[in-house]
Amino acid sequence: MNSIVIPLVIIAGVLLALTTISAGLIWLERRLLALWQDRYGPNRVGPFGLLQVLADMIKIFSKEDWIPPFADKPVFVLAPAIIMITVFMAFTVIPFTPGIQVVDLNIGLLFFLAMSALGVYSVVLAGWASNSKYALLGGMRAAAQMVSYEVFMGLSLMGVVMLAGSFNIRDIVEAQRGLWFCIPQFPGLVIFFIAGVAETHRLPFDLPEAENELVAGFHAEYSGIKFGMFFVGEYLGMTLISALITTLFFGGWLGPVLPPVVWFLLKTFIFICLFILLRASYPRPRFDQLMALGWKVMLPAALLNLAVTGGILLAAG
Amino acid sequence: MMTANATITRELQSLFGETELTPQPTHDDIPTLWTTKDKVHDVLRYLKTDTAKPYKMLYDLTAIDERVRNGRQNQPDSDFTVVYHLLSFDRNEDVRIKVPLKGEYPSIPTITDIWQSANWYEREVWDMFGITIEGHPNLRRILMPPTWKGHPLRKEHPARRTELGRFTLTEEKDEREEKAEQFHPGEWGMTRHRDGTDFMFLNLGPHHTGTHGILRIVLELDGEEIIDAVVDIGFHHRGAEKMGERQSWHTYIPYTDRIDYLAGVLNNFPYVLAVEKLAGIEAPDKAKVIRVMLAELYRIASHLVWYGTFAQDLGQLSPVFFTFTDREHIYSITEAICGFRLHPAWFRIGGVTYDLPRGWDKLVRDFLDYFPPRLDEYDRLVMQNRIIKARTKGVGSLTLDEAVEWGITGPNLRACGFAWDFRKKRPYSGYDQFEFDIPTATHGDSYDRAAVRVQEMRQSLRIIEQCMKNMPDGPYKSEHPLATPPLKEHTMHDIETLITHFLNVSWGPVIPAGEAAFGIEAAKGNNTYYLVSDGNTVSYRTRIRTPSFPHLQVIPEMSRGLEVADLIAIMGSLDFIMGDVDR
Repeated sequence: MNSIVIPLVIIAGVLLALTTISAGLIWLERRLLALWQDRYGPNRVGPFGLLQVLADMIKIFSKEDWIPPFADKPVFVLAPAIIMITVFMAFTVIPFTPGIQVVDLNIGLLFFLAMSALGVYSVVLAGWASNSKYALLGGMRAAAQMVSYEVFMGLSLMGVVMLAGSFNIRDIVEAQRGLWFCIPQFPGLVIFFIAGVAETHRLPFDLPEAENELVAGFHAEYSGIKFGMFFVGEYLGMTLISALITTLFFGGWLGPVLPPVVWFLLKTFIFICLFILLRASYPRPRFDQLMALGWKVMLPAALLNLAVTGGILLAAG
Repeated sequence: MMTANATITRELQSLFGETELTPQPTHDDIPTLWTTKDKVHDVLRYLKTDTAKPYKMLYDLTAIDERVRNGRQNQPDSDFTVVYHLLSFDRNEDVRIKVPLKGEYPSIPTITDIWQSANWYEREVWDMFGITIEGHPNLRRILMPPTWKGHPLRKEHPARRTELGRFTLTEEKDEREEKAEQFHPGEWGMTRHRDGTDFMFLNLGPHHTGTHGILRIVLELDGEEIIDAVVDIGFHHRGAEKMGERQSWHTYIPYTDRIDYLAGVLNNFPYVLAVEKLAGIEAPDKAKVIRVMLAELYRIASHLVWYGTFAQDLGQLSPVFFTFTDREHIYSITEAICGFRLHPAWFRIGGVTYDLPRGWDKLVRDFLDYFPPRLDEYDRLVMQNRIIKARTKGVGSLTLDEAVEWGITGPNLRACGFAWDFRKKRPYSGYDQFEFDIPTATHGDSYDRAAVRVQEMRQSLRIIEQCMKNMPDGPYKSEHPLATPPLKEHTMHDIETLITHFLNVSWGPVIPAGEAAFGIEAAKGNNTYYLVSDGNTVSYRTRIRTPSFPHLQVIPEMSRGLEVADLIAIMGSLDFIMGDVDR
């Protein structure tokens, strides 16, 4: 009985926690951006404007669920669902604490990479199904950007895998008891972080939606709850990458005194703030510059990191 | 009244015959010559290429409907006059060539083969006056909608909406207007496919986040590469020049604020100076210094909006909030002085509205202390950012020759390495009494255009500081009878001034007949008001030469072969404002 109930409770708990967190993140981002931009941000609805999210949710749920007449309807509806599903699926392999994890896959890391690769479909299909020029350009940019950053995202993690000797994320966390991997795998951390920003297409890598050029890019034609799904999907993606950085490079739940779950959340929170700080400070590169950075700098760097890590491990026996 | 400068007049008369070129005296120093429709092309070509120190820039091209004008003694008989205003940098002189045209709907040969920049100006002349331009590559309306009936600046065209009858938007009319706005590549010499490549036509605007106002650019795209572009303007056209023919000389001042609506008094400035030239008024010293100080404050305000939106165009979210906050500091000063923020309407014919309020110098000093550290911070945040540099260096470069050919002025011209600034070259309102430098750059690309503007803000601060430290005493308005309204203390003690006050305020001042143009260095480039008076309470013709109009015309030239993102960077760096383009 317990073997069925406990996983179900965990799944429900994780789902609830994630949606709440991602909704809360919208508020957090708006307040933090405001702080860095010398203004107030939402501060009227509820204490510190916390209920702003709720108000926005009520608004977005009660909006007309409109599909443009020129759109490819089934694909148009499917696209925002894909991003939600893939991101939620990727969260299943994240160990929040030694006790809280949906599935303990021995290929956990590969499963995450597979899910994040599938997430590309969401953006590309949204751009294609909208049947609009701006959305198409956004979808095209997204496809090229995410496919190229996918390549070295996987490679950048292989150093961690070598050090831990496992694809199992729980084992990787356990392997960091002596030393967090952010030190021996510092280049890997930097590359993974950059790839992660590109993967979640947030500034400075928000080219698929580049509001100044493509208005809203791939989701230009979306409104109401379907737009909301893209929106929440983006915040979930940001949480996912932050959670992964925490588990793979900063020892996950490990830490003294405080309970494991607090350590995990605290570390993840710091990286989420870093994501928001990036958005507050960086301009956006041009598309060809982004591709050049990916293929000419990041990919060789990831390969070099891999070779050096491998060499040292071999030499150390 | 100045007689025409003799050198260029004699030179042209000896070449083309004395009878072919008749000088006309004007209130400004600009030699004004009447020629004929047959000769004008040769005369203009000679002035551009063959004369010793050539007139390289087509500064302005416009027309005057002369049919109901009074007091045109000694001028050739004309129904419509086309006016070419050329600028020579080597001479630091202008020349104005006028061509008389007879008939209801006359025509004149194009000069687009001499100056490419004549293209839009000639379309405007056709749109506004119905003067056909023979041989023009694409003569179609530019400011009015394609379905418009009539030509607004003709005297028989009504100036008020109410004179046109009741307006109803029926469904058919709505559909017709929509259809007329549709883009047909063939009309612009474009094709949908070439050499096995299909092109995508992308409508950028009229409502787009990157266009800073209602501007439409149709892009011919191969992937994201721009093959060609068509700039469609006129969505912001409010008939400012026509209003000049309806409002009294005095009550037109607030309308000028709305031209470049970010630069406040920089619009009042050339208008008021041109009227003063016609009336023969010299503003007192205090008025001059107040004018300079406010002009520089508004220059910074305008540049701050540009700074923030430029960074925003490149995807940087934060600077726009910082620069708008700083602009609020400037507005708190102008609010204390003028009572207004965006549209100050503060200059008056003969001076300014009132004296400075008590405590103004503290406000200015606080700003002078507050702002320079902020500018340093923005340097680190924006100008030294490597992504910004990568996005703007080498993007949208203009050579100096190209810039002159297209009529580019202001910071955009100075970014090409040419220190041309009316404040130094033709000092007005006492600018020669101030110490400041003219920042220039070398490459003429988007980054240099930005760098020049950033430096200009620092120079403006220098000028403001000198104004603050050396504010003269004395009246803030001239005692000339045409100064409007006259100084209050006089009206209360002196019946003559009271009568003038009454007349000037109720009817408006009667400005003596004549013509004068005055150009100043506005925030975005050279802004000139060319006023024609026939001795009435309203202007007979008000021509506003704005810097943004030619700046927009060059966008297709600059963006060919680049990407969509580059186009946005170029538009951000050009710093135009649609009110300034469409008027």
